[in-house]
Amino acid sequence: MDARAKSTTRRVAVGQALPHDSAHLHVCGTAAYIDDLPEPRDLLHVAVGMSAKAHARLVNVDLGDVLAASGVVDTCIAADIPGVNNCGPIVADESIFAVDTVEYAGQAIFAVAAETVDDARKAVKLAHIEYAELTAILEPILAVEKKSFVLPSETIERGDPKKALAGAPHRLQRRLTLGGQDQFYLEGHIAMAIPEDDGGLLVYSSTQHPDEVQHLVAYAIDRPAKDIVCICRRMGGAFGGKESQAATIACIAAVVAVKTGRACKLRLDRDVDMIMTGKRHDFVIDYDVGFDDTGRIQGIDFMFASRCGISADLSGPINDRTMFHCDNAYYLEDVHILSHRCKTNTVSNTAFRGFGGPQGMFAIEYAIDDIARTLDMDPLEVRRRNFYGVGERDVTQYEQKIEDNIIADIVDKLEVDADYIERRKAIREFNATSLILKRGIALTPVKFGISFTATHLNQAGALIHVYKDGSVHLNHGGTEMGQGLFIKVAQVVADELGIGVDNIRLNASDTSRVPNASATAASSGSDMNGKAAQIAAAKIRRRLTEFAARHFAVAEGAIDFRSNAVHVGDSTLSFAELVRLAWFDRVSLSAIGFYKTPKIHYDRETFSGRPFFYFAYGAAVSEVVVDTLTGEHRVIRVDIVHDCGDSLNPAVDMGQVEGGFIQGVGWLTSEELWWNEAGELKTHAPSTYKIPTCSDLPTDFRVELLENAANREDTIYRSKAVGEPPLMLCLSVFHAIRDAIACADRPLPDLQAPATPEAVLRAVEGLDS
Amino acid sequence: MPMAGPRSETDCRTDTVRFVLDGEIIELENADPTRTVLQFLREDLRRTGTKEGCAEGDCGACTIVLAELNRERDDLTLRAINSCIQFLPTLDGKELITVESLNRPGNDLHPVQKAMVDCDGSQCGFCTPGFVMSLFVLYKTNAEPTRIEIDDALAGNLCRCTGYRPIIAAARAMYAEQPDADDWLRQASGTAKKPDARLQQLKSISHDAGLAIEHKGRRFLAPASSDELAEALAKHADATLLAGGTDVGLWVTKQHRDLETVVYTGRVDALTKLEVDATHIDIGAAVTLTDAMAIIVTHYPELDELFKRFGSPPIRNAATLGGNIANGSPIGDSMPALMVAGTTLVLRSLRGTREVALDDFYIDYEVKDLKPGEFIERIRMPLPKQGTVLRSHKLSKRFDQDISAVCTAYYLELDGDSVTSFRMACGGLAATIKRATHCEAVIEGAVWSAETISLAAVALAKDFAPITDMRASAAYRLRGVQNLLRRFYLEISGELEQTVYTYGRQG
Repeated sequence: MDARAKSTTRRVAVGQALPHDSAHLHVCGTAAYIDDLPEPRDLLHVAVGMSAKAHARLVNVDLGDVLAASGVVDTCIAADIPGVNNCGPIVADESIFAVDTVEYAGQAIFAVAAETVDDARKAVKLAHIEYAELTAILEPILAVEKKSFVLPSETIERGDPKKALAGAPHRLQRRLTLGGQDQFYLEGHIAMAIPEDDGGLLVYSSTQHPDEVQHLVAYAIDRPAKDIVCICRRMGGAFGGKESQAATIACIAAVVAVKTGRACKLRLDRDVDMIMTGKRHDFVIDYDVGFDDTGRIQGIDFMFASRCGISADLSGPINDRTMFHCDNAYYLEDVHILSHRCKTNTVSNTAFRGFGGPQGMFAIEYAIDDIARTLDMDPLEVRRRNFYGVGERDVTQYEQKIEDNIIADIVDKLEVDADYIERRKAIREFNATSLILKRGIALTPVKFGISFTATHLNQAGALIHVYKDGSVHLNHGGTEMGQGLFIKVAQVVADELGIGVDNIRLNASDTSRVPNASATAASSGSDMNGKAAQIAAAKIRRRLTEFAARHFAVAEGAIDFRSNAVHVGDSTLSFAELVRLAWFDRVSLSAIGFYKTPKIHYDRETFSGRPFFYFAYGAAVSEVVVDTLTGEHRVIRVDIVHDCGDSLNPAVDMGQVEGGFIQGVGWLTSEELWWNEAGELKTHAPSTYKIPTCSDLPTDFRVELLENAANREDTIYRSKAVGEPPLMLCLSVFHAIRDAIACADRPLPDLQAPATPEAVLRAVEGLDS
Repeated sequence: MPMAGPRSETDCRTDTVRFVLDGEIIELENADPTRTVLQFLREDLRRTGTKEGCAEGDCGACTIVLAELNRERDDLTLRAINSCIQFLPTLDGKELITVESLNRPGNDLHPVQKAMVDCDGSQCGFCTPGFVMSLFVLYKTNAEPTRIEIDDALAGNLCRCTGYRPIIAAARAMYAEQPDADDWLRQASGTAKKPDARLQQLKSISHDAGLAIEHKGRRFLAPASSDELAEALAKHADATLLAGGTDVGLWVTKQHRDLETVVYTGRVDALTKLEVDATHIDIGAAVTLTDAMAIIVTHYPELDELFKRFGSPPIRNAATLGGNIANGSPIGDSMPALMVAGTTLVLRSLRGTREVALDDFYIDYEVKDLKPGEFIERIRMPLPKQGTVLRSHKLSKRFDQDISAVCTAYYLELDGDSVTSFRMACGGLAATIKRATHCEAVIEGAVWSAETISLAAVALAKDFAPITDMRASAAYRLRGVQNLLRRFYLEISGELEQTVYTYGRQG
């Protein structure tokens, strides 16, 4: 029964704005990332030979000169893989090394192992590869025409959208193009594989999903999972880019390590990283919306076509989430959603913060904005007109009843706090006299569903050891990528044991300590691992309580854990002292915790159920100025109210909100992925791919975490997930730009995303209309 | 080939690179000429605090600080540098400061580090050491930075996690405490004492002779005079001339080229001088962009925005004006303004010197009027004449540290309403930086009016047939340059006072 022991702890550490657990190491350069670890004496460095063609048959792969190059020890191709040549996480459709055919420019064909990084990277260039080129499909819309898909197309329909559209007083149709986004974690992909005795392999991997790395490596080298250990203490950023993609890197390092019998490290150069690994899906979206004179949507039809690249990867659940989020905060009674998962001869796209949700929201927000501009209304009015109701109009297109809707309250508050109405008026006055510079403003909401949509992934484990001196070793299945998961879980455990977080060692994510863990993804890290760790800690506390009651002959109710001490009736002893006494009494001081998210269920056949435990909400008002001669813009002011529930750590959550927002702004403004006609990505380094810099942060940036917002569901301390939802607040910037363009005599701007200066100028000058 | 002088190549030169690290003098005999400072730190010293994020000087994770002797002020000049593309021998005579240099035993954080912790300035932490080093330079050189100065100081550091707000907060909070009066590294700008011991140590390793390094058949020559440089280039026809290394560095880190002979301009006396005479700003070709721009902006304040948007501080601290010109990239941002200002280049070789107009220097893509063995010695930019206007505009996807899609510059002289002289040069529109001669012909001698500008904008289409690439389409480039000309007109006529770059950023 102790697994569900009711928590009677107080909030001491929980709710504190503690700094990141590694902050003091980050600033000193002493936080160790995988490339900083001491290197085994026999370490080889690996580099990857990539396809130069988007689609071709491999006629001949001659690695003679590669092998002969200075410092080279060995090469590795598909035939050298002892087990399965696959690194596809859900569908086994992506090879580690290409076999007969290459399907994108950048696909791995071979690896080389050499004594130094330079030797390996130089040698790669010496390969002689003959290609027989095949026709490449480089655009999603062409893939739709050719019916080239990685997975079957999916549909959600509710009501009678055809009839609703036909009967609506107004109707609009538009095609949108929406760019993808590179994760651009500062630490590129890296893995180090170290052979151990008796067939074991220790893999250090910069991964959000050590369990998946463990299993895919095991399949690749044909060993059972028990022989593989995957460890990751921290990543230098991930953002979804290291959810499935890390496995490819780890598998290559592992295969070469097994072939050479030596430790192998593969660290991708930035350009290789950006060429070889997947990104956020770019989309072509068609919408057809019918609405009445008040702006209320009568019926809507969406067609989504996403660039999945050559394989399924995580594209199935990503595109599902697009379908689940193309309502955003709006009730769509009669709706038809068609989702194509296009197979293109480009890198296989993957998870990125929001996981398809942002693209769905982009579609509906664009339609809403168009409706308002068509009716000459304030878009905020139209947004409100379409919000989900409370107690009515509250069932999503996937038949989940929304029980925690607070969007109207958030928007009402933000409208006032940000002085939206007055500023909108002032902006219009400014624009009336400003010839070239036009300002714009927009308020957009966010409603984001929390949980993995695949129900089985919503499970987590933790392992806690209390040592004889009272210090605590904390392990859980989550990974630390900078998001502050480790400190949050430590805060939970600290309060459960009544100790300070300083007494807790945060161990690396390690598959030998916590098995079968889900990816740290879907914003679920602290929800799930926090609960699992709390359960583990509660077990230990329970045992200590029972022991203390027995030992000191007091009632259990008279025992209290707080401030590194245990209060037993009127006397007090330190936590360490009690632990030592318990050890003498042969009490187990180690426990596992296991948690599975309650209430959720979901039938993928019918796209219905309750895929989400709850929703996180937020809203943003952004104001921009646009130069209508050049298309350049600057964000002047941003106001955000975001719902983190009852925050576990407001400093960490604030960081997620601010950072997520700016990352989203990059997606919709300056970050452009550009392929040439041969299908080669030409924006593969920070010189050509432009994420926001310091000066892009608005001078006036006001972010508030919603107060008194305890989660209505029983999450860890009633907090809410915060990793992904704030990213989508960036839609306010995009629509503020649209608002500014509309004020330049372009009432219904045809603005494509990202809103680069070029895209904005095209919209200003009506070139795409 | 002219005979070399009586001295042999190794005369007076040393094969040993000497620099200071944490108070120790590091001596490297015949160091690998193209080993980067980052490789040296991470792989040889296993000082892994400094990170590699891109290996091309665009992300700042590898930022380190160089302290150099400033003989005029008898003080140190601190500069943030991208260690990923800085070659090891260029450290000679300098002090290298890395994030580890700031660390003290225990939890005794440097004020910059402490502010970053207190303000939640790190999340994943990978970019953090680089930010700490850029902030360290700001801390030591600016006692009360404005937001714009903070933005500029951090323009070369990318953070993907925080959105920068907490880092900006740290840049303001780092002055709150003034700990440890004896530790110069911890003394903020305005409170710092003269670092006598450091100066003494740097003086002890500084020398006026050159370097001549041989390493496994490859060599690094750092001549000390123009004569020696001319000799070196005459002797080694295949030599790679290295200035700031912000381009050559990538030949090594990205293209993995083996450079047989590297000839470094950074120690050549005549090339590192900066003077203003009665008529010209005279800039040695190896003067850094940071120093060159500072002097140019005092005479041409309108170029301030362009220069702030040119690369980033670490790039401008390494890169040279001569390198930008000699590289001759069609997207080099310094040349349009220099060109319309009437800048000339003093070219030097064993045959002597000659002076060419920058206008005539670029012949075709990567083809310049630069003969074998010849190098740019000095850049002579005329001082502005009373009543003339010189401006430059840049278009790119991101304001800071981006490569131009289009870069324009204009020179205008008016006599009342009529244009007595007009020059316009553009980057990003052709195989070289190029004058807009058709456009100029329309404007020069005409009435300065919106109608003239409209006609001139049409003429720009005759001047340029730009290409489409990842930075912009051909159509946008052409439309962009036409509209920038309109913007210039509106600026001159007072109808457009602000660019979006500066909008709302005062204070």
